[in-house]
Parts: sequence; structure tokens; C-alpha cells
Amino acid sequence: MESLLTWLDDRTGYRGLLKSALYERIPGGARWRYVWGSTLMFAMFVQFVTGIVLWAAYSANAQGAWESVYYIQNEMVGGWLLRGIHHYMAQVTIVLLVLHLMQVLIDGAYRAPREVNFWFGLGLLGLVMGLSLTGYLLPWDQKGYWATKVATSIASMTPVVGPSMQALLVGGADYGHHTLTRFFALHAGALPAGIVLLIVGHVYLFRRHGVTPPKEAAEKPDGWFWPEQVLRDGVACLIVMATVLGLVLWTGGAHLGAPADPTEPYAAARPEWYFMFLFQWLKYFPAGWEVVGAQVIPGILVGVIAAMPILGKWRLGHRFNLGFAGALFLGIAMLTWVAYQEDGGDPEFVEAKEDAEAIAARVEELASSGVGIPPAGGLAMLRDDPLLQGPLIFQGSCSSCHTYSGHDGLGNVLEEESSAADLAGYGSRDWLAGLLDPDRITTPDYFGGSDHARGAMARFVTRGVAGFSPEQQEELAKVIVALSAEAALPRQAEADASDAADIVEGRALISSESINCTRCHTFGDVATGDDGPVLTGWASREWMIGMVTNPSHPLYYGDNNDRMPAFGDEGILTGHEIELVVDWLRGDWIGAPGVN
Amino acid sequence: MEAPEEYQGEPRRTFLAAIGALATGAAAALVPVAAGVAALVDPLRKRGPETSMVLVTKLSAIPDDGTPKKFTVRQDRVDAWSTEADAPVGAVYLRRADDGVAALNVVCPHAGCFVGLADDRAGFACPCHRSSFDLDGAVDDPASPSPRDMDALEVEVRNDDEVWVRFQNFLPGRHDKTAV
Repeated sequence: MESLLTWLDDRTGYRGLLKSALYERIPGGARWRYVWGSTLMFAMFVQFVTGIVLWAAYSANAQGAWESVYYIQNEMVGGWLLRGIHHYMAQVTIVLLVLHLMQVLIDGAYRAPREVNFWFGLGLLGLVMGLSLTGYLLPWDQKGYWATKVATSIASMTPVVGPSMQALLVGGADYGHHTLTRFFALHAGALPAGIVLLIVGHVYLFRRHGVTPPKEAAEKPDGWFWPEQVLRDGVACLIVMATVLGLVLWTGGAHLGAPADPTEPYAAARPEWYFMFLFQWLKYFPAGWEVVGAQVIPGILVGVIAAMPILGKWRLGHRFNLGFAGALFLGIAMLTWVAYQEDGGDPEFVEAKEDAEAIAARVEELASSGVGIPPAGGLAMLRDDPLLQGPLIFQGSCSSCHTYSGHDGLGNVLEEESSAADLAGYGSRDWLAGLLDPDRITTPDYFGGSDHARGAMARFVTRGVAGFSPEQQEELAKVIVALSAEAALPRQAEADASDAADIVEGRALISSESINCTRCHTFGDVATGDDGPVLTGWASREWMIGMVTNPSHPLYYGDNNDRMPAFGDEGILTGHEIELVVDWLRGDWIGAPGVN
Repeated sequence: MEAPEEYQGEPRRTFLAAIGALATGAAAALVPVAAGVAALVDPLRKRGPETSMVLVTKLSAIPDDGTPKKFTVRQDRVDAWSTEADAPVGAVYLRRADDGVAALNVVCPHAGCFVGLADDRAGFACPCHRSSFDLDGAVDDPASPSPRDMDALEVEVRNDDEVWVRFQNFLPGRHDKTAV
């Protein structure tokens, strides 16, 4: 073994290298205050390790980015931990960088001959912010998508070169596949390469100049990097790692929102917390002044920081630097605080955030259902979900006449009384029992607001049903069960199966003389009257789609249709939209009672 | 490795510090490495898809003269994060045999290339390393590098004219036929 190592040392000189790396003399001895640089090196190591493994599972395209991150997060063993560590270590890195910078400023460690190393450090800070910005977009969720759009929009406002800069960043006129490939190349290639180069330069110069010991260290004997300082560094790194691990476990890992959707508003779009001050700062700049706010002023501030080693040469320079950095830090902290205060007190933001959470949770439910994510991606899956889309379509196209449990589908209670039936539970036994209740048929929940309140059906219920004998009441109950079974509602499937005998009886009673629905309605092969809608398959998926497509079709209301438009035939809704709203009304969506 | 001559320190104290430095450093570094390794070896958990008989074609689409014809096999497929119904998952050669239909996986058992029909249509020839097989898929040349015959698949004719195949891939380069 020894001879092998000697052989290796002869060829490489590794012993000398190790010796000079480890046995570095530290004036005044090892100190806890020297650990910051090492913790940052450790953070970089963690980001490289976790980043490369994430890379091995990530797909940078608009139909694969969110999907692959979902897969990492929810399907791969330890994926959530891996992504959580990467996510929180990125944030801890920012904190450590700021602490490191503060310490360098306070100790005056930026002054000659360490100017260049100070600039290397500033460069590293810039690159790390670039990593944060590019990394935020990669999951391609609503949050990252809309927040990053703001950043690239600001870039596009740069005078003269702005639009070209934006196109180069985004990879074209708009966000898409190339935005992700380019951001990913920056995030996993160019920026880390720059960081490695700068770190090499930073450490080299640090070794050349040594630490900047505090005054009290002058009386202490010199110490050594190995093992005294390394032990302190090791403990500090362990604390950093434990903090990150604690954050991951406490929060359950990094969040993944709903897939990016350029057509859906996202009022909860906010950058990561360490950029919130910029977000808040921009609010104070009127139209046309964004460039001043986002580029000129920050540019000047960064310029002043970069000039600090030069300014520090003058007697008051160091004090100015400290005052300036302190004021800047305080300003950033204030802006951040105000930003969170404003958001917390804004009910619209709070609501938007809750909505976003709900959609994200729904996406997860859909993706983890047996159906899986389609090749067209998570967004396509969302757009095909009756539970998410149904209420939106209902609110947009149905709620001017109909209600759903008294609201417009999205939970807003309507001021005006509805002019058509409430469609919550349409097709169910309860709904039908209400329609056939003499006390309820002419209320706004059913026919109250429409011409049908004065029609033959309302007359039949208020006069005929009102005078039913107890036997007829019993028969009617069976008719309700049988007719509601026509709807084949998923949530009623169990009840329909267990009441099969009643359903058989009820079906026969529909055309009996005693109840006689078929006087006006067609049912099965009994077609004695066709004034009212056909009852065969009443409220089934097919029936409802046909009804919404054209209510004036002879199968449905024919000439008796009150005011309902032919949503399909007139092209108001697409066939797919009609299916979605019908499936939603019928409670036929993944995760609904009775749906596998 | 020797410490520099001017290096001073109480040996016991230094030794403990060195142990502590190594232990804390290793403990901190182990966390991301462990999470990374767990995620990296995740594919080892994955098993090949459940095999089931799938309808490939109609009997009438297979040539009467006994020459093989290539057909695409479609099956529900889960590809990491995306799930596709009726996706093209592979191909088979179907050929009329004495007692019905014979099915061969198109993948060469040698190194996984797509085996083609020989020019004279009297057998199969792999374009990569010159494995050659007869129409039944048996190795027909002693110089053929393929360790086994082409992989026959279970095939069934249902309802007179539907050709159903149990589609499966097998590990290449082995004498025995082991499903992936």
C-alpha cells in the first residue's frame, strides 16, 4: 500500500499538494468566524450532487418538465427529499452568501490587497442569483412560470437591446420548449461552470492573502487549518445540512404547483422570498420607469458595492461602506417585510393562493389516479377534468339562468333570482322528488322562473300529484327511483343496484294509467305523447349532452323550449366543453363518489 | 504524510480534532449523497410491464405463402411520467405456420438490433453482426453470433380471424430466454 502511494506521489506529487492544502498556517489560530466560506463550499457541493441526480430524471420541455418533476417528487424513492434538499439549500446559500458578504465588509476584508477577491465574491453572488432565477422556472408550474415571465419582461425593457435580449433568453417570441432548454443549459451548464471558475479563483486568492484576523487574534499563537479549523468547518457544515434537512422535513419538501398555463390567470405569482424586495420595489415605479427601478437603480447600487474596495482606501471610506451596506440591507429587509404585509392583508391574494393550492392538490389527485398523466402533459389533464372545468363553463354559460346549489358554480351567490332550475344533483332521486313535489315545482329551484311554471308539467304536479292517493304516492316513489336510475349517476350506482326490484316496478308504472308519465313523455317503446322531453335515458350523459347541444330538438323540449340556447348547434360551446359541464353536473369525475 | 516540522499541537488533542473533522464532514456530505443514490437506483425497482395478450391484426393480413410480415404491437404503456393507451410498444413478425400462426419478436437475441428479412425472404438476417435465422427463427448458420434462436411469442387465433400475441422482450446475449 505504502509503496503504491509512493509510486502515485512520484507521478503526481499529491502529497505535497495535500500538505499545502491542509497545513495552512492560520494567524491567531482557528476560529468559528472563519467557517462561512467553507459552509458555502459545502452548499455548492450539495447543489452539485443533488442537481446532477435531479438532472438524471428531469426533462426540459413544455410537456415534460412539470411531469418529470412530478415524477421525481411523487414516484421516485427519495425524490421528494432530493428535490427538497436542492430547493432549500439554494435558499440557505443565499443567506450564507449575505452573511459572508456582511462579515467581509465588517472586518474590512475587502481592502487591498483583497480587492480582486471581493469582486470574485460579488460575481459569485450574481451567479447564484442567476441560478435561483433560472431554477425557479424549471418545474414549469404556475408559480415559476408567471414569476419568471416578470423577470424576462423586465429584461425586454432594456433600451435598444431589450427585445433581442428577451428573445435570446426565452429562445423565441414566447415561452415554450426552447425557454426550458435554454434556462436549463444556463442552470445546469453555463452558470455552474462560471461558479466553479470563480470559486477556484476565490480560493486561490484567499490562500494567497490568508484570513483577515480580528484584532484580539494578534496575541494568540498561530494555528493550523488541519485539523483545528476543519473541525469547526465540519461542525458548521453539519449544522447547515441539519437546518436544510429540518426545513425539508418540516415543510414536506419543495412545493410543486399546477402545471404552467398561459390561459389561466395566476394572481398568486410571486418570486422566491429573497427576490420579494425587488418585486415590492417595482410597485413604486409608474409605467415607463420600470427600467429605472429594475435596472438603473439596482445597477448603481451594485456599482457602489463593487467600488467599495476603492472607496475603503479613504479614511471615512470604510465607514461609508458600512453605512451604505447597512442602509441597503435595512432597505431590502423593509421592502421584503412590506411585500409580505401587503400580500397577507390582501384578501384577493390570499384567495388566489388558496385557489392555486386547491388546483395543485387536484392535479396531484388526477396524476396519482390510475389514469396517469397523458402524453400531452399535465396541463392537458387539467383541461380535461370535469371537476375543474365544469364550474368554469357553468359560470360562463349556464349561470345567467341556472344556479348550482344557489350559486354560480364558483361559489358566488347570485343577487337576482334564477330564471331556470337549480342543477345541483340533477338526475338524482332527491332532485326528481323535488320536481314532483307540488310545493316545490313552481319555486325558482325548479320551474319557478321559467315559462314551464305555467306549463303542463307544473299543472300535472300541482293539481294531479297534489291529489294522489297514498297508493299512488307509493307508486310515484318507485317511479322516481326508476326514472333516476335512467340517469345512471355514478354516485347513485350502488343504490340503483340494490333497488333493482323497485326499478323494475317503477319502469312499468311510468306508463301505467295511475301515474301515466307517457301521456306526454316518450319512455322506451311507449310513445303515446311527445310534448315533453323523452324519458328514455333521462339525465344520462348522452341525454344531457343532446339536451345542451339543442334543447329545441323534438326529443327534448321541442317547441316548448323556453329560452335555452342550443349551445352545441349554435357553436356557443364546443362538444368537449358540453361533455365537461355535463360530467361535472353528473358528478362523473376522477375521485367523485362511485367513480373508479 | 508528515506534518510540517513547525507544526505544533498536542498529539491527543490533534488526533481527536482530526477524527471530529472527518466525522462531521462525512456526516454532512452523506445526506445529499444518500438522497442522490436512492433516487439514482430508483429504476432498479421498476419491473417490466405486465404481459397480456393483445390483438395485433387480422389473420387475413398475414401472407398466405408462409413469408413473414412485420406488424406493430400496440399496448397501454406507462413511460416514467406519461401514460398512453394503445401506444406502439414494439413489433413482431407473424407468419402462417402449419398449425396456425407463429410470432417472433423482431429484436435480435444477440445484441438487440432489429432483425430484417433476408434478401431471398427465406430467413431472417440481422444487419448489425450478421446473425442469421431460418423462417422459424432458429439459428441457421454456425457462424451466427446469436446465442439463441429468435424469441418466439405466444400467439393465439381468436374468433376465427383475430391474431392475439403476448408481447414480451427478452434479455439479449444469453442462451436462455429471460423476460426483461
